[in-house]
Amino acid sequence: MNKKKKRLIMRSVILAVLALAVGYTFYSNLTKEARGNLQEGDQAPDFVLTDLSGEKHQLSDYEGKGVFLNFWGTWCEPCKEEMPHMEKLSKEYEGQVEVLAVNVGDSELQTKKFAEQYGLTFPIAIDSSKEVQKAYGVNPLPATFMISPEGKVEKVVIGGLVKENQVRALFEQVKP
Amino acid sequence: MGKVKCECGHVNPHGTVLCESCGRALTEEAKKEKFHDMRYEGSARRSQTYNKTIVDKVWNFFSSVKVGVWLIVLTLIASSLGTIFPQEFYIPNNVTADTYYEDTYGIAGKIYYMLGFHDLYNSIWFIALVASIGVSLVICSLDRVIPLHRALKNQRVARHTTFMKKQRLFASREGTIEPQEIGKVKESLKESRYHIREEDGSLLAEKGRFSRWGPYVNHIGLIIFLIGAMLRSVEGMYVDELLWIREGETLEIPGTDGEYYLKNEQFIMENYDKEKDSEVFSEAIEENGVIAKNYQTDAILYRDENRDLPGAEPELVEVKKEDIRVNEPMKFDQFALYQNGFSQNEMKAMEFMLTNKETQEAVGAVKIDLFNPKDVYDLGNGYKVELLGYYPDYDGIGKDGEPKTKSPVPNNPAFLFNLVSPEHPDGEVAFTAIRQTMEPMGETDYKMEFSNIETRDISALTVRKDLTLWILALGGTIFMIGVIQGSFWAHRRLWIRQVDGKVYVAAHTNKNWHGLQRELDSIIEHTSIPSPEDQQASEQSGKEKN
Amino acid sequence: MSDLVQWSGNLLYTSFILYLIATLLFGGAILPKKNGQKQGVNRWGKLGITITVLGFIAQLGYFFTRWAAAGHAPVSNLFEFITFFSMMLVGAFIIIYFLYKLPVLGVFALPVALVTIAYASMFPREVSPLIPALQSHWLSIHVTTVAAGEGILAISFIAGLIYLVKTIDQSKKSKQTFWLEAIMYGLIAVIGFVVITTSFRLAGYEAEFNYVNKEGQAASETFTLPAIVGPNEGELLTENRFEPIAEMPAFINAKKLNTVIWSLATGFVLYWLIRLLSRKRVGALVQPLVKNVNKDLMDEVSYRAVLIGFPVFTLGGLIFAMIWAQIAWTRFWGWDPKEVWALITWLFYAAFLHLRLSRGWHGEKSAWLAVVGFVIIMFNLVAVNLVIAGLHSYA
Repeated sequence: MNKKKKRLIMRSVILAVLALAVGYTFYSNLTKEARGNLQEGDQAPDFVLTDLSGEKHQLSDYEGKGVFLNFWGTWCEPCKEEMPHMEKLSKEYEGQVEVLAVNVGDSELQTKKFAEQYGLTFPIAIDSSKEVQKAYGVNPLPATFMISPEGKVEKVVIGGLVKENQVRALFEQVKP
Repeated sequence: MGKVKCECGHVNPHGTVLCESCGRALTEEAKKEKFHDMRYEGSARRSQTYNKTIVDKVWNFFSSVKVGVWLIVLTLIASSLGTIFPQEFYIPNNVTADTYYEDTYGIAGKIYYMLGFHDLYNSIWFIALVASIGVSLVICSLDRVIPLHRALKNQRVARHTTFMKKQRLFASREGTIEPQEIGKVKESLKESRYHIREEDGSLLAEKGRFSRWGPYVNHIGLIIFLIGAMLRSVEGMYVDELLWIREGETLEIPGTDGEYYLKNEQFIMENYDKEKDSEVFSEAIEENGVIAKNYQTDAILYRDENRDLPGAEPELVEVKKEDIRVNEPMKFDQFALYQNGFSQNEMKAMEFMLTNKETQEAVGAVKIDLFNPKDVYDLGNGYKVELLGYYPDYDGIGKDGEPKTKSPVPNNPAFLFNLVSPEHPDGEVAFTAIRQTMEPMGETDYKMEFSNIETRDISALTVRKDLTLWILALGGTIFMIGVIQGSFWAHRRLWIRQVDGKVYVAAHTNKNWHGLQRELDSIIEHTSIPSPEDQQASEQSGKEKN
Repeated sequence: MSDLVQWSGNLLYTSFILYLIATLLFGGAILPKKNGQKQGVNRWGKLGITITVLGFIAQLGYFFTRWAAAGHAPVSNLFEFITFFSMMLVGAFIIIYFLYKLPVLGVFALPVALVTIAYASMFPREVSPLIPALQSHWLSIHVTTVAAGEGILAISFIAGLIYLVKTIDQSKKSKQTFWLEAIMYGLIAVIGFVVITTSFRLAGYEAEFNYVNKEGQAASETFTLPAIVGPNEGELLTENRFEPIAEMPAFINAKKLNTVIWSLATGFVLYWLIRLLSRKRVGALVQPLVKNVNKDLMDEVSYRAVLIGFPVFTLGGLIFAMIWAQIAWTRFWGWDPKEVWALITWLFYAAFLHLRLSRGWHGEKSAWLAVVGFVIIMFNLVAVNLVIAGLHSYA
């Protein structure tokens, strides 16, 4: 009897190990897509970029304030639409939520002309090496990451923010 | 449910068919067999002996070779389905799967896509099939190797005569064998590398037993291989990135966490040339037109010493300079960079002449870097060109009356110039695109005449890290060893027994009966020991005669 | 063309003739003797194997002179690969012959090798330089090992086929006779392909078409057989040529499909011609050849060939293939159709071995499996290259 019991335990253990291995394979295959991308609730990766006026901006310097991190390009139509809202609210929330616009792929000339044209006053940096873009896993533009005063990603918005209300809600979310 | 004690005194595990020691048949079926089933030496396959709990039921399911074969066949059929149309990862980049299959293959393509066959090898059910094979491998092997090992370890020299009679190769005669004849046979058997055991007049000669373990060794190899394949999805074990890099560019190598940078010095593409290459190829070159000879990126690998945050200026130290070719990747650390693709002749810079329309006189040349254009190009003497707008991928005029660009890539560059000359100190506005000029603010006296273009190639490199390779290699090696062990050698046994004034000879092999018989014939030749005959063959020829 | 290439071609031709002679000699070797005694290897058999070995040496000569001329192992396109495969088949036959001394194997194996060489020579034969992906030592290592494995497995098919010809009861119609005829028809259709291609080539038939390809672009194609099926939106340019009966959608290569249709049709005509003239099934027609065959021995030869061929195939078709794929294509496995079909072949023979070892599938069942295994190999060799075409479509 004892031997039979031992055999049952043995078999159960082996089957459990196999089930675990198979289960893990399923899990990792099903989550393959999602992994590697930044999720809401993750710590926002730190980075440093130089803006058009030559000033350095490091994300961790903004601790204690909310950050509206926006990736954009001059060729992207929806990017153009959200810029005025961003400009307006960046003034309103000054000292509470900082806007940082990261241009992806344009030349300095284009970016400058664009900023002039839209009268943008918040810092704009060009991610010429695309390293920051990669760190945030940004593909379609625009992409907006709301970063809390503690440096956590509170919200990720892919696509244009057409209405001012939308943008305001985002600002409120990360206000200290 | 106890042990089974054989008449010879040996105690066998429950479920044993042929006594491990003397070979006597222990079940009614075995007693009735014409030939004994020797596949597992008649040992007790455990799975069939207990079938009580759910654990036992699952175990027994996977322990069945029949189930295993079904799994193999199902995987085989499933795999073939995935080759009817190309898999999703082989269709062109610029189309989406949901439209591609229907557009290209019609209704059949649509069904193919709907059934998920376009990504069959990543589907849950396919992975489940392969995983089941893995489970079956483990359980089948465990269930058989232990009893087989027991049976072979416990086998006695003197086998019961019924066991011998039920072997395929068998002979017997009245009388006894002279001791010196036994000696002679032993000599020849030893020469043929048999291990010999003797027990009061009986003899067991055996060789190649290790080939019986071949299947289990190769199954272990396969299990290791599957484990390797499984580990690939563990974070950090596997990197698969594509790096598009222009000539002259220095970029961070993705997947290396900012540690490594690569500079593309130049990209080379060569074709075979009828004049320069061996003349035996001339016919083929003529027939095919163009045959590619080489794709190569001359690259410099750098390490970033400060390894700062993303976006920070790297501090690059050259590690090595190497040419990356197809079949010759650049290797560093655990990474390898492969030449994967290329795109030729991307525009890099455009040169224009500021020209007086009337006199056709060129004032000076302006070269515009398409990746970093300047605000103003001063030509001196009161001539300058101001760049009011730059549209790298010009796509017509938008609703707001502004020129539009499709992307930041200079596929179709367009410029809005302000042409300043002594005659027009405030400048004249001209819009210049490829094969198109517009003068939106009225006709101008000067124009920007296209004079030259600079292009460069973009190389696509695959960045690969695969820490599972050594596991796969280990699994593959063990598998090969097992397969060779099991298929190039045979387990051969010869039993000679003298009992009750009779001589019995029987032999068994797990394959190549013809070879065994030939070997035994030559060993037993010229002795009074009867040479064992193939009972299966004589039975057939007997049948044919009737 | 250099002299070396010329020489190489002549040597291949020589080996073809020698195999043909050897087939006839083996045929003489298995003729029943007058006294009806069981026979050992007679003079015919000895002569047969000698000629076979000579032919094999000539073919080796072809292989190495072509290697010397091209500067790389001549296994880089369909003509070269299939020719090499036929050489491996003959090599495997020679080994098995010396193990078992069975002239009857020669009577079946050599014709298969002959048909294979003829088939190979229908593809472009010029020496082509290697594209970048093929420039590696692994080309010769991987491809030759695969071909060797497949050649040995082909012997298992031939032994299985002999087993079936011998054992299937031809006195009445059955499922077995039907499928055996199907195999015979398959072999005859290959001959049909050679016959029809050569005939129209000699007649200089060419018909040019403009059509729209899979990518939606205009393309042109020259048909060398009258187009029964024409390309997508095809427009016949050459005058006085046969107008296609049906037009194919863009994703089907109409030229190749047309060739397949012609081969099958010619095979069909040849097959029925044989049947009408002999008034027998082809299986029954060849049955007398195997009268003296020991069927158990055939079963064993077939199984033995699988045992030898399976490890070689695994090594070449999967392990070496994976190593090279890792080097050339950045990944050891990518589910390319050719890779998948190599896996299918491997799985099939794995199932074969399990069925034989653990489920006791001997004799006829085993022979059928050997036949199916060879069909899969041929499918991978021919159809995957010509029809499915992935990364391996070099020819």
